[in-house]
Amino acid sequence: MNGIHDLGGMDGFGAVEPEPDEPVFHHPWEGRVFALRAALRPKDRAPGWGSFRYDLERIPPAEYLRLSYYERWFAISVDRLLRSGLVTQAEIETGRPQPGPPGPPLRPGPAARPAGPGRLDAAAAPRFRPGQDVRARNLHPPGHTRLPRYTRGKAGVVTRDNGVYALQDTDEAGQALDRPPQHVYTVRFAARGLWGERAAKRDAVFADLWEDYLEPI
Amino acid sequence: MAETENGPAGADAPGHEHPHDHQVVPDDIALRVRALESILVDKQMVDPAALDEVVDAYENRIGPRNGARVVARAWTDPAYKARLLDDATAAIAELGFGGAQGEHMVVVENTPEVHNLVVCTLCSCYPWPTLGLPPVWYKSDAYRARAVIEPRAVLRDFGLALDDDVAVQVWDSTAEIRYLVLPRRPPGAEGMTEEELAGLVSRDAMIGVAAVPPPAAGRPA
Repeated sequence: MNGIHDLGGMDGFGAVEPEPDEPVFHHPWEGRVFALRAALRPKDRAPGWGSFRYDLERIPPAEYLRLSYYERWFAISVDRLLRSGLVTQAEIETGRPQPGPPGPPLRPGPAARPAGPGRLDAAAAPRFRPGQDVRARNLHPPGHTRLPRYTRGKAGVVTRDNGVYALQDTDEAGQALDRPPQHVYTVRFAARGLWGERAAKRDAVFADLWEDYLEPI
Repeated sequence: MAETENGPAGADAPGHEHPHDHQVVPDDIALRVRALESILVDKQMVDPAALDEVVDAYENRIGPRNGARVVARAWTDPAYKARLLDDATAAIAELGFGGAQGEHMVVVENTPEVHNLVVCTLCSCYPWPTLGLPPVWYKSDAYRARAVIEPRAVLRDFGLALDDDVAVQVWDSTAEIRYLVLPRRPPGAEGMTEEELAGLVSRDAMIGVAAVPPPAAGRPA
């Protein structure tokens, strides 16, 4: 979706402000939200919950910009628990569980365990090869996508084939698209090709793009 | 982890939100989070000790000191550096680091001609096993918006001025690959041990918003 989350290239956000000696979590509740998210990791839960990322992206734009990072995480965690029926609105409002049988256990995986949608062993013939000129397709899907707006329609060069991954894109309901696993390529975009004269001549931006996002030139 | 800032969970939980509404910001986020955890614990869905373990891991064990060890090893062992640049995931695993958000690592090397900078414009993707959880500025709207269009201005915000003849390469972590910058070894560090070198390497240098200063001047962040 063309959401507020797709921030690359926007102006007006002011300076980047590093914080000296920043703690990992600024408040105890942030750590609890992070750990609860680990327990709610979609990979371990029933299908149909949609993508975590798409949940974040669907927070209305003004709200997205106003909420802190972990406030966003908390908002979508509550929303997801409600949608799944694991927690009721009454429970959220009262802060107390309603009588009933225990819910299913939600356990965070150990940090040392791979948790993301990792590279697959699946065989798929690569459509592109390193050194090849490609163009990012002019796609504007309504669901989750990893094709940033600033690359769409732009020409680049494949610099690396990263192997085969499941496409993470979803439909408008947050359901994974029925697409085969495919190669993910690192594509080099000349900065001036993206930003014109505002960019320095020799600079470049690299993005990792699924095969479905690319077309040959 | 202590939770002492609030009274009993849910004691004052606001109850005016619409169903399924995530547009309403809680008045007291700490209270709301505690209430949610309490509900899940009471329903026997969540073990608070398991949550403690997650928080402890990222507060105390998984952080940029891990990445600094990788960098120091690469600076002192050319064969390791070659493996790191060829297959970073495997080379980082040699030092015992891996797992969530480090499943597919790529290391990009700074040289006198090229400076690398890592960002995630769409979200907050970051190499957890080597750098821990990202700082607030890395997740900020300003950094995500600006790093790809005006990286040199962003670097100036961090006090890093690059010569015009240095090419800036920005790595947008859009898929499942996570990036670590191998900074340049500073002058004046020739006689230092690997451990001493690791002490020079800041988190920011491994994201690409800082250089590693010479030993006398430096203080790792």
